[in-house]
Amino acid sequence: MKLKTCWILSLAAALCLTANMVLAGTLVIKGSTTVLPIAQKVAEIYMKQHPDVKISISGGGSGNGIKALIDGSTDIADSSRFIKPKEVKLAVENGEYPVPFAVAYDCIVPVVHPSNSVMNFTLAQLKAIYKGEVKNWKEMGGPDRPIVVISRDTSSGTYEVWSKKVMNKERVFPGALLQASNGAIVQAVSKNKNAIGYIGFGYMDKSVKALMVDEVVGSEETTLNGTYPISRPLYMFTRGWPKGDTLKFINFVVHPQKGQKYVSEAGYVPLY
Amino acid sequence: MVNSRQTGKSRQRRDRAIQFFFFCVALASITTLAIIVVFLFMEGLPIFSKVSVHDFLFGRYWYPTDEPPDFGIFPLIVASIAVTVVSAVISIPLGVLTALYLAESASARLREWVKPIVELLAALPSVVIGFFGMVIVAPFLQEILDIPTGLNLFNAALMLAFMSIPTICSISEDAIFSVPIELKEASLALGATHWETIARVILPASISGICTAIILGMSRAIGETMVVLMVAGGAAMMPTSIFNPVRPMPASIAAEMGEAPFRGDHYYALFATAIVLFAFTLLLTWWQITSPPNTGRLGPQPCEGD
Repeated sequence: MKLKTCWILSLAAALCLTANMVLAGTLVIKGSTTVLPIAQKVAEIYMKQHPDVKISISGGGSGNGIKALIDGSTDIADSSRFIKPKEVKLAVENGEYPVPFAVAYDCIVPVVHPSNSVMNFTLAQLKAIYKGEVKNWKEMGGPDRPIVVISRDTSSGTYEVWSKKVMNKERVFPGALLQASNGAIVQAVSKNKNAIGYIGFGYMDKSVKALMVDEVVGSEETTLNGTYPISRPLYMFTRGWPKGDTLKFINFVVHPQKGQKYVSEAGYVPLY
Repeated sequence: MVNSRQTGKSRQRRDRAIQFFFFCVALASITTLAIIVVFLFMEGLPIFSKVSVHDFLFGRYWYPTDEPPDFGIFPLIVASIAVTVVSAVISIPLGVLTALYLAESASARLREWVKPIVELLAALPSVVIGFFGMVIVAPFLQEILDIPTGLNLFNAALMLAFMSIPTICSISEDAIFSVPIELKEASLALGATHWETIARVILPASISGICTAIILGMSRAIGETMVVLMVAGGAAMMPTSIFNPVRPMPASIAAEMGEAPFRGDHYYALFATAIVLFAFTLLLTWWQITSPPNTGRLGPQPCEGD
């Protein structure tokens, strides 16, 4: 008897929950940790203005976001890279057609310890360092200290851009240290006088020093006018052409006076 | 009479129900393990249609996202073994000697205080230990030893030793403490000193318990992810010194899985790496299970010579 009451109660509770979920629009966003700060900031403001919409956001990486988009467990996938042909194929097989929206630009800056006297590297110099051909700061006009090369894990979007724009698809040498996030690179570089790393513009802080690349300072202006060589667009992918809440949210994100205002607050370069 | 028989029947039925319930509970964890293993092999084995087992295990280069990719995890296997061995070299003496001190020399009051504190070390989340290693120990090592980077094999092994000491110490202490008092008394009565008793009677009598402790500690070290991800440096190269940065298998899996294209070759390769890691922990567990039980070693043999 007691068990029965229990069942009925829990069933009622479950019904109430689902009813709530149907009434309030929900939006699931998953994917790149690079795009995460933008999604969080914009979603916070959006939910304030539209209290009937609930947005749940999680990171996990571009690949995971797109994976979730393919299996239908997210409405929007954040990605710091364009979708790969293999992933499009998988998505189409699952009956989902991914649609990309560029939401911001990211520029990737090489960073060194603040005490380092080096100011500028050419792309060729950066490549030589990351190929392991140059092993001492002396050869680059610095003090006689070994260069500790810090790179990102090979599957991160940031690494992908670095490998395309700096390495020309050549390999970063195996002796390079690996850090799993932008924050970890800042942490490691700020604690090591010998280190060089690269991070997204949004993660720049006082504890590390940004280097110029080919005499160009990485900034919003140089990213948008295309003179800074290491930059990339960031995307949100939707399942098919967006409808309803997803459409409203995407419109909000790319609106110059709305979402884009918060893109620069999150440390990235807005589209306009 | 009738009444009592009914009660008996209902009691039997209840007994059977409870038995069934516990059977299901026991089955649940076994089923979960089985499902995970099946999943692991399902997601990992497809990589071997692209690269041979030999090239995968003994390949020197790990460039999973290049065109064409290289899936050689030999540096990662070497790194995992090296980090575990170095951490064992640090943690076994520290853990076992602490256990000996606590069980044999320390006063009961001190023992009551110190043991929980050592065990509390196990309660520290690995990310905290990793952060400590990254922010405090790495710059310190780099400064003191004048090495290029403090994020290296030695630092990771040190942090892992921190994590396995509580396991090793606590389980060894239990093993040492459970050596029958008669053995100790007999040894002392024969004129052996306290040190001789410890070295010749107590240690041999508790050695299999201590072995279990060491294996459990090492299993923890080899599977630990967060610490090695944060402090091992992550360079996928063959270490030539203990101050080289390395990338153990769990670090590689944790760092790359998030962004690996779903069911792509890289994804399969990471799962295959997990299979190798699973094989290692299985080997350790198997070793622990087959090591002789504690009671089998109890006996006066070590003292026979005296």
